[in-house]
Amino acid sequence: MADSKSNAAEYWSANLRLIFGSLIVWALVSYGFAILLRPLLAGIPVGGTDLGFWFAQQGSIISFIGIIFHYAWKMNKLDEKFGLGE
Amino acid sequence: MSQFAINILFVGASFALYIGIAIWARAGSTKEFYVAGGGVHPVANGMATAADWMSAASFISMAGLLASKGYFASSFLMGWTGGYVLLAMLLAPYLRKFGKFTVPDFIGDRFYSSTARTLAVICLIVASVTYVIGQMSGAGVAFSRFLEVSNDAGIWIAALIVFLYAVFGGMKGITYTQVAQYVVLIIAYTIPAIFIAMQLTGNPIPMFGMFGTHVESGVPLLEKLNTVVTELGFSSYTADVDNKLNMVLFTLSLMFGTAGLPHVIIRFFTVPKVADARWSAGWALIFIALLYLTAPAVASMARLNLITTVYPEAAAKQESYEQAMQNPILFSERPEWMKTWEETGLIKYEDKNNDGRIQFYNDKNADFNNTAEARGWNGNELNVNNDILVLANPEIAQLPGWVIGLIAAGGIAAALSTAAGLLLAISAAISHDLIKKTINPNITEKGEMLAARISMAAAILVATWLGLNPPGFAAQTVALAFGIAAASIFPVLMMGIFSVTMNNKGAVAGMLAGLITTLVYIFTYKGWLFIPGTNTLPDTAEHWILGISPLSFGAIGALINFATAFIVSGATEKPPAEIQEMVESVRFPKGAGEAVDH
Repeated sequence: MADSKSNAAEYWSANLRLIFGSLIVWALVSYGFAILLRPLLAGIPVGGTDLGFWFAQQGSIISFIGIIFHYAWKMNKLDEKFGLGE
Repeated sequence: MSQFAINILFVGASFALYIGIAIWARAGSTKEFYVAGGGVHPVANGMATAADWMSAASFISMAGLLASKGYFASSFLMGWTGGYVLLAMLLAPYLRKFGKFTVPDFIGDRFYSSTARTLAVICLIVASVTYVIGQMSGAGVAFSRFLEVSNDAGIWIAALIVFLYAVFGGMKGITYTQVAQYVVLIIAYTIPAIFIAMQLTGNPIPMFGMFGTHVESGVPLLEKLNTVVTELGFSSYTADVDNKLNMVLFTLSLMFGTAGLPHVIIRFFTVPKVADARWSAGWALIFIALLYLTAPAVASMARLNLITTVYPEAAAKQESYEQAMQNPILFSERPEWMKTWEETGLIKYEDKNNDGRIQFYNDKNADFNNTAEARGWNGNELNVNNDILVLANPEIAQLPGWVIGLIAAGGIAAALSTAAGLLLAISAAISHDLIKKTINPNITEKGEMLAARISMAAAILVATWLGLNPPGFAAQTVALAFGIAAASIFPVLMMGIFSVTMNNKGAVAGMLAGLITTLVYIFTYKGWLFIPGTNTLPDTAEHWILGISPLSFGAIGALINFATAFIVSGATEKPPAEIQEMVESVRFPKGAGEAVDH
């Protein structure tokens, strides 16, 4: 019982770490590159405009898809490793 | 074959398909009615979620918003997709593990409080009903334009079709019709976009063409667009915004709101396993992204197309636009599509300087007045409603008639699929959370099914009535629905999963604090209960606190919700041991089983 409890705690903190890391990328591609850091990226031209604009209308959305699939894939491995899957 | 006959054929064929699916997928039990039996494949669920999510607003209005607001409107693109990241990691898998039928069900059980449950039901109904009005009127517009019936008749036809498949099929019927509706709407949206991208940039993929070169002038498309719009006194299309705080909060409110909208969350109760809920969120976002990555291309190209239609000489120019700007087209020589849309009142022309030509520019820009005067212009003469950009796109680009029929079927599919999802969320909250859980716990399964069908039928009637007599707040859907979902539902769900010690008092206090501050802020600028003229302060940027628009306040409301909940919960007793155990169990996929009633 003690074992399965510490096992569960470890699984949960691994999940929280993964969520935290994913949220950093999530914030960086949208609030970072697309909004707050856009003036810094203004020097990088992308098809008639700048990289920040591209992230605002394309790059952020593509990154979001990557984040979700990466998270789902990692969590499946965690479920398996800790024997907590279905 | 006339255009009208083609439209009837496309729309009629799509309806026959939806009704066929509904007959095949009748719901036989409450479980099938509420969560489609819990056996929907994650990819199919992703498609259904995408159709559920992409409303008449996404299909019809979003490109128009992007076209007129340029860079700032990127918030809609990021907000309405970024919310799925939050859903996939913070809510969907755990709520699926919990395994109940509705969102208030989780809130009521997790916070062992019928007050919290009832509060959640109220938030859900207000958010969903506001949202559904827009769908009914959107369907009305599409019907009246393409099937040449009156707006009211259009709304009744839409209500009848939704009634047929939602009341009998429940979530099961809705899910599989939404899969079909997704296919119809995405084809309808992308085909015209591909044609237009080919015409303007020579690249068949709109999302690349947008950043490519404008064929006629040899200048990059967005650079060309920036030049042309500034020559007419509009602000540059890709220009940065001054108030970044407002843009950040607006995007955040849309993301929190997306993750907290009940009709989206319940879609994840229909998949067999916890892992499927995670995958399904990813698939949903892929299907949504197909439209959301295309929309900004449609927006920029349609805006450029519209301007070069009015100023034909500007199309091929690289510089020195003065001559081109002095020679807009003659009103008598305007293209056919302008005439068609004038009949709907969505395009208006008024010859203010009596030269028979169409002067289309930004007459609200004081710095531009001198230029306009020098050109002999006497005010903007052309008003184009944003909503027609997508619907008129095939006509502007002179595409074949079947593409127009397709757009008609697609717009109607977008409106119907979202309306059905919302109506299911409303009826489940009434029959399951109010009747079964609060008023009459002894109701039989058959009785609950009947109650669910009756509340669904009643919800459709209310939605139809509101669509026929839209209240003043119909246009405020975004502020109200997303504000409520972001400030009340999203935080309480998150705390229910991620905090073992959050108790009933904290949750109720947090929900009330978030909800009330958000509503007060919205009402202060938009009018109390949206009654025109009752706003305390004018709804303009200089009167907003720190420049935060009422549309952006949901994120602040969410923070107030979190803070209040933790303070109140910290000062009161811990939740009972069995609730703490329940929270622990929600965190691990093992033993999820199927969605069950008890």
